[in-house]
Amino acid sequence: MLLRVEDLHKRYGKEEVLKGVSFSLEKGETKVIIGPSGTGKSTLLRCINRLTEPDRGRVWLEDVEITSPKVNINRIRAQIGFVFQDFNLFTHLTALDNVRLGLIRVKGMSKKEATARAMEELARVGLADKANAYPAELSGGQQQRVSIARALAMDPKLILFDEPTSALDPELIGEVLAVMEDLAKSGMTMLVVTHEMGFARTVADEIIFMEKGVIVEQGPPEQIFSSPKQPRTAEFLRRITDLYGGAR
Amino acid sequence: MNLFFSWSWLPKLAQGLLLTLELTGLSMALGAVLGLILAILRIYGRGPLYPAYLLASGYVHLFRGTPLLVQLMTIYYALPTVGVRFSPFVAGILALTLNTAAYQAEYFRGAIQSVRAGQMQAALALGLSRLQAIRHVVLPQALRLVIPPWSNELIYMVKGSAVVYLIGVLELMGQAKNIAARTFRNFEVYIVVALFYLALIFLLTLILRWVERRTRIPGLGTAGRL
Amino acid sequence: MGEAQLGLPLPPLTLEHWLSVWSYLPTLLQGLSVNLALLGGLLGVGFVLGVIVALLEVYGPRGLRLFAAGYAWVFRSIPEILLLLLMWFGPAQFGLSISPFTAAVLALGLRSSAYQAEIFRGALQAIPTGQTLAARALGFSRLQAIRYVLLPQALRLSLAGWGNEFAVVLKDTTLAYAIGVVEVMRQARYIGSRDFPLTLPAYILVAMLFLVVTYFGLFLLGNVEKRLRIPGLEARR
Repeated sequence: MLLRVEDLHKRYGKEEVLKGVSFSLEKGETKVIIGPSGTGKSTLLRCINRLTEPDRGRVWLEDVEITSPKVNINRIRAQIGFVFQDFNLFTHLTALDNVRLGLIRVKGMSKKEATARAMEELARVGLADKANAYPAELSGGQQQRVSIARALAMDPKLILFDEPTSALDPELIGEVLAVMEDLAKSGMTMLVVTHEMGFARTVADEIIFMEKGVIVEQGPPEQIFSSPKQPRTAEFLRRITDLYGGAR
Repeated sequence: MNLFFSWSWLPKLAQGLLLTLELTGLSMALGAVLGLILAILRIYGRGPLYPAYLLASGYVHLFRGTPLLVQLMTIYYALPTVGVRFSPFVAGILALTLNTAAYQAEYFRGAIQSVRAGQMQAALALGLSRLQAIRHVVLPQALRLVIPPWSNELIYMVKGSAVVYLIGVLELMGQAKNIAARTFRNFEVYIVVALFYLALIFLLTLILRWVERRTRIPGLGTAGRL
Repeated sequence: MGEAQLGLPLPPLTLEHWLSVWSYLPTLLQGLSVNLALLGGLLGVGFVLGVIVALLEVYGPRGLRLFAAGYAWVFRSIPEILLLLLMWFGPAQFGLSISPFTAAVLALGLRSSAYQAEIFRGALQAIPTGQTLAARALGFSRLQAIRYVLLPQALRLSLAGWGNEFAVVLKDTTLAYAIGVVEVMRQARYIGSRDFPLTLPAYILVAMLFLVVTYFGLFLLGNVEKRLRIPGLEARR
């Protein structure tokens, strides 16, 4: 088991956003979390790498308990990739520098090694020719792909995707999803929060449906989409298909 | 109207100008160091270093809320009554430094805080420590963002340095006053000095704009798309 | 203006001195009232001239725009204290004689007008161009559009900058000391020369007075801003 999440709770002020979430991920699996907005899906991802500290609950990466106070969280984070909705590329650095920074400062690679590795990943996402561009000079889709390259370069055990295409213009979504699909096929362990049902249906090994801070149902895509067990799941899917007009 | 001007004034005035530059440069540099420390205390000091945070905030409010002249006079005329005596030059540097540090603290704080939170988050997500994140991600951006207000402050300090002539420092204004007292050509001397300042500030503005252009990064600052 | 170093033993500064300085508060307040009068006068001069220069800079023909830009550069580059001295010695060249107070109001007023022009210009330029287009489409003349649509918005957007200018200029009024205006700094000096150990307490008291006036003024301005606030009318940043 690569990732295990046990009974996560998180409260913001009076509102409890995560009310005891538990699940696990095996190596090579891709799980997609779907659900209405504001149900704690992003918070869940941030609690896994402790960008947000959970109030209660535990998380294990392989056999290391991430939530333990004794653990060196920076070292753990270097093993977990995180792709943000807003990309969060370092504004003052070129694409190449963005991908290199972690390799040089966190993994201690030499500049030469780091550059080679970084260029590899940029090529993998199709942006080798944009290595010297600044984020502001790239389209949204390109920025997100660089952001994925940045996460990949660290050789993570697992990558968390927080609504990676929600901030993109429709015509740019495809290029990012394509990269993600390739990644999944190549055996990367991925946990994705998204509204892209087409992607969920074709790429996910398992779908997790969350609503109001709890997991309502989880299962393989065929089951969730065609014959959901819970009425709330069916209700959500009905609303989504109305909104997006069926599978994309 | 009867105007008179003499080239013989220029050497002394140039000497004064040099001292003006010294005063401004020294106080801006020292003020920057102190200001950066104050800014960091104000931003990050709330929890762990609360007393230091309070001191920094109190300092900033005090030195921004009171006139430079009062600060200068207190240091030079009032402190001797409790046995702390400074030479005019040192008193001038001290007053100017303490004053500009408070303003620079606020400019640094504003710049650091306008680096978006997502930048820090992304840095942490990569595994960088807080200190590394501040050093490699936040500060490089903040230092660029602070250039416009800092340039403004530099101009203010050049003008502020003029005030120290009142305690006898022979910078540009001080030299001018001496010449005026000797020749009784107050208006003319001061017009010449005004031209000196105009030229100086014009040059400084050009240099600062060049620095800004050289360090500019597309997307960083108000000119960006993000 | 150097203080003579007499080499005499200093009379000690005691708690009694810190308490007795308060008896001089009325004198200091009298001095402060001069600073405040100066403040009002110079802000008024600065406002009228500043608005005119700003309008010239934004809407004027090229010649006037250059003049306005030059005006701003000159009055923002010359140290305030030098402006005061120039305004004090200048009129004599033309056979005029003005009081130190008037000289101070004019000198600091001209300086403030350059800064207020910048504030106002920034505010005018922050208003979306669609506003003028809509006004002209309705049939307003240029002048009418400025008066009924742009000015009211620009004035609101300028409030923050004015708060800043107020705080700066309040402190500059102490510089009038250098041309002989009997304002609060001079009063503090008198107190010190009358009773040497009171120098430090007097200056500290002056500093406190400035803190109080500054924060009170900003507080009032904040209230005005809140009263005039219109949702949606904010500076685009």
